Amino acid sequence: MTTQQQPVSDFPGEIHDTPGGGIVLSKLDDVINWARSNSLWPLTFATSCCGIEMMSTAGAKYDFSRFGFEVARATPRQADVIIIAGTIVNKMAPVLKRLYDQMADPKYVIAMGACAISGGPFFYNTYSVVKGADHVIPVDVYVAGCPPRPEALLHSLITLQQKIKSGLTREQIREGKEAI
Amino acid sequence: MTNEELKTGITELQPSVVFDEAIDANGWLTANVESTAWLGFAEQLRNRPELQFNFLFCATCVDWKTHLTMVYHLRSTIHKHELVVKAKLDRTNPEIETVSGIWRGAEFLEREVFELFGVKFLNHPDLRLLILPDGWEGKKPLLKDFEDPINMIRL
Repeated sequence: MTTQQQPVSDFPGEIHDTPGGGIVLSKLDDVINWARSNSLWPLTFATSCCGIEMMSTAGAKYDFSRFGFEVARATPRQADVIIIAGTIVNKMAPVLKRLYDQMADPKYVIAMGACAISGGPFFYNTYSVVKGADHVIPVDVYVAGCPPRPEALLHSLITLQQKIKSGLTREQIREGKEAI
Repeated sequence: MTNEELKTGITELQPSVVFDEAIDANGWLTANVESTAWLGFAEQLRNRPELQFNFLFCATCVDWKTHLTMVYHLRSTIHKHELVVKAKLDRTNPEIETVSGIWRGAEFLEREVFELFGVKFLNHPDLRLLILPDGWEGKKPLLKDFEDPINMIRL
């Protein structure tokens, strides 16, 4: 995994030295992916305690703006990534779906914590909890924990960036198939 | 007032009230009252100058399978004392008088208990679902014997 991901975290392309300067050869798709992955605007969306960890990650101590996530948007129309931070209940599910539908392409989803992955502690004996947010919208990166530590969330954000740079997000794969 | 003073004071007012031997983990005194006597007792708790429980900060219900228990947590912001009042209800036909006329905040708390446990609050001004979506009328999802084969996985 690391051997594959290591090259793509640098700028994608080759530098050819020529007299008086140089030429960079690259693919436009790769450059676009590189640019997109370094400025992902998250949606301000949290449904329970994972949101506190997300706020902490946004705050001064962990500061996810170091990786290009600082512009948290309050409207889905300007957001690139939705971090599902918390339990999704049946009543919230249509709201989550609507938020996702309102986001402009390309859009990415991170399922943060046990509740968003599977329902977590609310898997059994509850009438109201969706057993995993991926029943409602497709998820790119899952991050385990209850709640995950800020470091874990940062790791998931960086993983998403590497996924975008590799062209391996669900959307990119689908677009590639449509192009063929 | 201390718990002991509350105990003696309330016993004088309402001899039918039975106090729990133990003080609960929060250090609160627990008073058990007949559900039919609750409204009169609540008015006294609210209006007596030495009691003045002016804040109902929690009203909820417990399903013991054999019966239901309404639990009211009261506080006086003037005298800085707290009291827990419990009333046993019949599980097949749970009914109790509303206290929303005494503590306005009880209106929503009682609506929540109504939708989740099916407790009928007599003379409540607006007894309908609070949080549950339409179509959940009468389903009582917090009762122990509630079944929902679509949304629920039993352990």
